[in-house]
Amino acid sequence: MSFKGRDIIRIEELKEEEIYRILDVAEKMVPVARGEETTDLLYGKVLASLFFEPSTRTRLSFESAMHRLGGSVLTISGREGTSLKKGETLADTVRMAEAYADVIVLRHPNEGAAALAAQFCSKPVINGGDGSGQHPTQTLLDLFTIKSELGAIKGKTVALVGDLRYGRTVHSLSLALARLGARMIMVAPELIQMPTYILDELNSLGAKYELTEDLGRGIEEADVLYVTRIQRERFPDEEEYMKVAGSYRVTLESLKNAKEGMIILHPLPRVDEIAPEVDSTPHAKYFVQAFNGVPVRMAILTMVLGVIE
Amino acid sequence: MKELKITPIKDGTVIDHITAGSALKVLRILGITGEEGYTVSVAMNVTSKKESLKDVVKIEGRELKPEEINKISLIAPRATINIIRDYNVVKKYRVQIPDVLEGIAKCENPNCISNQREPIQPVLKVISRNPLRIKCVYCGRVQSQVEKNLI
Ligand SMILES: [Zn+2]
Repeated sequence: MSFKGRDIIRIEELKEEEIYRILDVAEKMVPVARGEETTDLLYGKVLASLFFEPSTRTRLSFESAMHRLGGSVLTISGREGTSLKKGETLADTVRMAEAYADVIVLRHPNEGAAALAAQFCSKPVINGGDGSGQHPTQTLLDLFTIKSELGAIKGKTVALVGDLRYGRTVHSLSLALARLGARMIMVAPELIQMPTYILDELNSLGAKYELTEDLGRGIEEADVLYVTRIQRERFPDEEEYMKVAGSYRVTLESLKNAKEGMIILHPLPRVDEIAPEVDSTPHAKYFVQAFNGVPVRMAILTMVLGVIE
Repeated sequence: MKELKITPIKDGTVIDHITAGSALKVLRILGITGEEGYTVSVAMNVTSKKESLKDVVKIEGRELKPEEINKISLIAPRATINIIRDYNVVKKYRVQIPDVLEGIAKCENPNCISNQREPIQPVLKVISRNPLRIKCVYCGRVQSQVEKNLI
């Protein structure tokens, strides 16, 4: 298994043992990501961080990862990113960026953008999220958090809660969990339940899952409660939205039947879907999860640059 | 060739059993505009033994290759190809859906990068034939009605 020179575009392109290899390397990166140890593994290497839409969390964690490894970063984001989008094709932008950098991370509003970028770029391209499509490093950091908190992924029950219809993180995550042998409970009102095309893929993978509207059931059975934001604009009217948002809110009260070691994850930012008083419970792992973005991205950067096998 | 209502040709290609009403689309997909110079006959809504109605296209003086013909498989899945030399059918085969549809149909996802201004052709990959499942290589969307998005 070699990652040198590889693009990281879709989670499906990674074999099971490759996913676990990334998680193992990430584990070793944790002390460096925390700043407790230092390294110059990527000294002299340059990351081009191309953000055609804002995503502070993803961008900062990639940039932190690169700096922690002794490398440096070129950033095109915000206003600059959007003006580029109007004037120039993405194909041209990545060909320009590869002239200045050794690896590219791309965030783009159109689905399939990372696959296109990889086609035009000889340096490794890492997908930092494309439209409502893929965000493989988010999925890897979710998997890393589950494995490091619970010791395993296989055999665990993961309840996915909230906007399962439009939420890309839950789409990628569910496909990965299916391949790694976790069981899933899809907790959402019908209007925003998992789309058929994802369920079809899950079925073809032989996934074990069930659908429910009942958050209580999800909480009771889950080893992992993966909560996502329910967006107002998905609902025909305010009243309907308030009703749904209210019944899918995770509070201290709603957690009383949870398993003792159950962990709560959230891709962040959250709005009201997890009450602040939950933060101080041992279940709350979403800030650890956010931190885990750094070691996971460090692992990916060192591996695609061929510094670690 | 008895079943054909239109007169036989000496050399060329006869595409038979085209889904009734699709002959013009077939010509468009094959890139035949009529400006090439060779004789093209089109018969639409002809009665046939197998189906109630069908279209037939005859192209004189040009032998189409299977790769060219397979592009029409999405709109005329039952079409048969007859290569004619000196009034005889020397080769006969059915269209097959190719493994990759490059530049034949657009991805149905309007937000897909292949539908933006980029220097690429849409590429759709056939992941299974029965049932037919076709996926965009860029955004990964499984297409529900490829025949509606033909270029
Ligand atoms: Zn597409």
